[in-house]
Amino acid sequence: MSQCRTETGGRIDRSRKLSFTFDGVQLYGVQGDTLASALLANGVHLVGRSFKYHRPRGFLGAGTEEPNALVRVIRDSARSTPNVRATSVELYDGLIAESQNRWPSLKFDVGAINDALSPLLPAGFYYKTFMWPRSAWHKLYEPNIRAAAGLGRAPEGADPDSYAQRFAHCDVLVIGAGPAGLAAAQTAARTGAHVMLCDEQAEFGGSLLDDPEALIDGQPSAQWLQGVIADLKARPNVTLLQRTTAFGYFPHNLIGLNERVTEHLSAPHQNLPRERLWQVRATEVVLATGAIERPLVFPGNDRPGIMLASAARTYLNRYGVRVGKRAVIVAGCDAAYAAALDLKAAGITIAAICDVRPSADGPAAARARAAGLAITTNTTILGTRGRLRVQSVRLGHLEISGSIRPGVTVACDTVLMSGGYTPTVHLYSQSRGKLRFDSTSHVFVPGTSAERERSAGACKGIDGLHAVLADGAAQGLSAAAATGFAGSPRHYTVVATETSGIGIPGALPQPGKTPPAKAFVDFQNDVTSKDLALATREGFESIEHIKRFTTTGMATDQGRTSGMNALGIIAKDFGREIPSIGLTTFRMPYTPTSFGILAGYARGDLFDPVRRTAAHDSAAALGAVFEDVGMWKRAWYFPKSSEDMHAAVERECLAVRNGVGMFDASTLGKIEVVGPDAATFLNRFYVNNWANLAVGRTRYGILLRDDGFVYDDGVIARIADDRFHVTTTTGGAARVFALMEDYLQTEWPDLKVWITSTTEQWSVVAVQGPRSRDVIAKLVTDIDISHNAMPHMSVANGRICGIPMMLFRVSFTGELGFEVNVPAHYGKAVWDALYEAGREFGITPYGTEAMHVLRAEKGYIIVGQETDGTATPDDVGLTWAIGKTKPDFLGKRAIARPAMTATGRKQLVGLLTLDPQVQLEEGAQVIATPKQPVPMTLIGHVTSSYMSSVLGHSIALAMIKDGRARIGETLYVPMPDGDIPVKVTAPVFYDAEGVRLNG
Amino acid sequence: MLVIQCPFCGPRPELEFAHGGEAHIARPSDPASVTIEEWGAFLYLRKNTRGVHAERWRHVRGCGRFFNALRDTTTDQFIATYKAGEAPPASATGGAV
Repeated sequence: MSQCRTETGGRIDRSRKLSFTFDGVQLYGVQGDTLASALLANGVHLVGRSFKYHRPRGFLGAGTEEPNALVRVIRDSARSTPNVRATSVELYDGLIAESQNRWPSLKFDVGAINDALSPLLPAGFYYKTFMWPRSAWHKLYEPNIRAAAGLGRAPEGADPDSYAQRFAHCDVLVIGAGPAGLAAAQTAARTGAHVMLCDEQAEFGGSLLDDPEALIDGQPSAQWLQGVIADLKARPNVTLLQRTTAFGYFPHNLIGLNERVTEHLSAPHQNLPRERLWQVRATEVVLATGAIERPLVFPGNDRPGIMLASAARTYLNRYGVRVGKRAVIVAGCDAAYAAALDLKAAGITIAAICDVRPSADGPAAARARAAGLAITTNTTILGTRGRLRVQSVRLGHLEISGSIRPGVTVACDTVLMSGGYTPTVHLYSQSRGKLRFDSTSHVFVPGTSAERERSAGACKGIDGLHAVLADGAAQGLSAAAATGFAGSPRHYTVVATETSGIGIPGALPQPGKTPPAKAFVDFQNDVTSKDLALATREGFESIEHIKRFTTTGMATDQGRTSGMNALGIIAKDFGREIPSIGLTTFRMPYTPTSFGILAGYARGDLFDPVRRTAAHDSAAALGAVFEDVGMWKRAWYFPKSSEDMHAAVERECLAVRNGVGMFDASTLGKIEVVGPDAATFLNRFYVNNWANLAVGRTRYGILLRDDGFVYDDGVIARIADDRFHVTTTTGGAARVFALMEDYLQTEWPDLKVWITSTTEQWSVVAVQGPRSRDVIAKLVTDIDISHNAMPHMSVANGRICGIPMMLFRVSFTGELGFEVNVPAHYGKAVWDALYEAGREFGITPYGTEAMHVLRAEKGYIIVGQETDGTATPDDVGLTWAIGKTKPDFLGKRAIARPAMTATGRKQLVGLLTLDPQVQLEEGAQVIATPKQPVPMTLIGHVTSSYMSSVLGHSIALAMIKDGRARIGETLYVPMPDGDIPVKVTAPVFYDAEGVRLNG
Repeated sequence: MLVIQCPFCGPRPELEFAHGGEAHIARPSDPASVTIEEWGAFLYLRKNTRGVHAERWRHVRGCGRFFNALRDTTTDQFIATYKAGEAPPASATGGAV
């Protein structure tokens, strides 16, 4: 055991040795260590290089407040995590850790040149220094600054671990299991309320773990703690979560908890999730998040060996580690004396205690004096020395005149500082609670709550173990009462050295008017008091602007150690009070949170649901290539052996035009509209007239919104007097259904109509082409499908292969065609049967691409391709569909606006390139005259463009200003290689008379 | 994530609901008789209230019903929810919606 480790004491198991490596050197710690305490037990203080100046850094703290000791923890080749605070890493056997931000080594780091250059690199230097020449910014400056900046390296490859997510509800959620949280949880639990208690650390106890001397109800704190935890564990109404950080406070008391399940295990079971996200909805929340000690700001306050007094006390009392042999204590708060007393008792020489305040007469100071420790008041620190570890400090004495008299230089290997405690109000602030500045303790404390929460203990500025316990119990009781559970108050007797947490915000006094260099406020971002002075000198007044200019309080620190000191310095510079400077906003997460728990199970196949039609496997067996349409997988084209997409689509189109093709149309949205007022409803909803649609007939419907723009379209069939089968676009099904519900529920609740989404109830196979009737005739029974009995746009019920079927005679190809609708689960069987029956006619499965070409040849629009949310029915040539005599329908008032029919609107037309082999790009712009200078006068755009095999040349649809009046004109499509001349035509390219529909 | 009191189903998490914009905007019963300006106002003009706002929600992944809510847009706290077609509870708004 190293001489840094004490023989006894602490909450570690000295008999269980753990091996680990740091920068390749094998070291040993014990069970119960953090990586930080194990390194310190081995005398390792130098653990990192600072962000900007690459200054050697050691541990400042002992918990999540640690700004310096960011390391990379490597579990195996696939698992490494950068920027982990060594103080929060539980040691396990075989742990591998590496320091960051140094090259070639931690002790000799080339980047440290930045420290020597620091006068050239003040806050915001990159905004000013690299201004000239302008062109060098993108090529030289920015890439190099970016390469030098940033901390840590992201792991490569996919995360091999799994992450769990769960929801939970409770009456009272207590966040933080220090003395206040434990008292709150126990008191609330005794009322019978369902209590959840979480704490970010491996062990419950918080500050009690650092204070073994304290007696609670006559028991040593460790024993009391054991009793409370045992009591809570035994209660069925209590859930305890260790290693669980409350990282976000969301509206209506939803709290995000990050439980680290396996991070501390040497060999985690492969079935365990690495972390678990808890989304807890709590009726009442008790915040018992404690307080964090502030460092003091003086020149050279960042050398390894200089740390918070509370951290040294934690390392000693909890982990049995002496952080040094000879310590100087710098006190801005009485808590420093408690550390001095404990360290002295552990055999550490206290070389000096410098209290910056004029007097030190609290009970802890008195005990220190009684123990023989000398205290010098009115003393500041003028500087420190020591390259990789602090070696000495230079004292200065504050004279009554206000000047500072240089004092002695004191040799030491450790400097402990205590600037007072800052309540941890991050979660409170995230809950949108208003903070209040306490002018006695110079810190912000919770003021007016926005949620059903209350703070307890040190996080609301309460000092002293007895007061903290009493407040915790009171808040726990009141939280339980607010959820309807009554209980009785708890009282505690406490014997402990009570110290006030009140300290001094801002920098220690220094001689001269200019702030000294290298007096660090934000250790993590290398922000000094000089940088803050520069920001105020440059005219920044808002704390939010100063934060962004200097980067103070950014990254993982989030103002924990730096916030109040920065405010104190800025307030002093402005000669104003701290509250008038304000606070930067605290945002989630409280500590860095992995993407893993946010993604949870939603990875890989589970990331997004995939919808497949019933006949999917049959299409796949036929070689279909699929495309994603919404969540659907739709067959795009069916290449044969060596065919490319173009060849396949050409073959599929010709098959439909000359023989017969089959197409899986199951993804079309389907809505059944039923009720005595069904026709009235559709009359008000769609532009068409539905009252005169006979049973057994179908009609192409157009849906506008009340703004008059085309929203959706589809074929609507009247199945019975009171029953319509409405189809929608594949992508529009859900929103059309929602719009129908909206109008039915809120505008026309008097209508007796019931709507049901039946998209997934029907499988639909479109059989299209001159031979389509021949194919289905082999399988269809109970219906006369001759032309006279079943003309174009009709619907009938019958059977196919003995299965109940709704048969539509409809066409989206311009050919004779049928759509076979069967209950969804028969979809594959019917597809297969149609394919077999069609073989003798050369039936050809075709995909969405051929479907698009076929419909474009006929000038049929696709909503969302030809239309873009600003097209009226008239714009796309569908005025004929509008029921002119109807008093009202959605959009009727809007399309009557003069602007909707004014000249200059874009209208649907066809475009034919003069060279039939040239195919236009969809989305390309259209101009009226060639060779225009930029900016050109754009008069429209290409919406669809295909090579038409049946026509032997390319075709395109386009929306062109006053397009219908331009039919016959030559326009131009400007492309990088030059303008492509195009002739404007009507949008129907093939069989304009529609005779083929009646085949 | 908010907790929303569906008037038909009780308190449910926000992810079961879809927001439906400002409430109490009735579609003119005879659109042909309103001016373009009135129609434009019906379509597009919204209050964008800072404070208590009457708005529509739909319990889309639940009962499917539309209903109205009074929500304070500065705090995200719901003051009341009520069925479509009902007037907002006057006591809850202080009469100022």
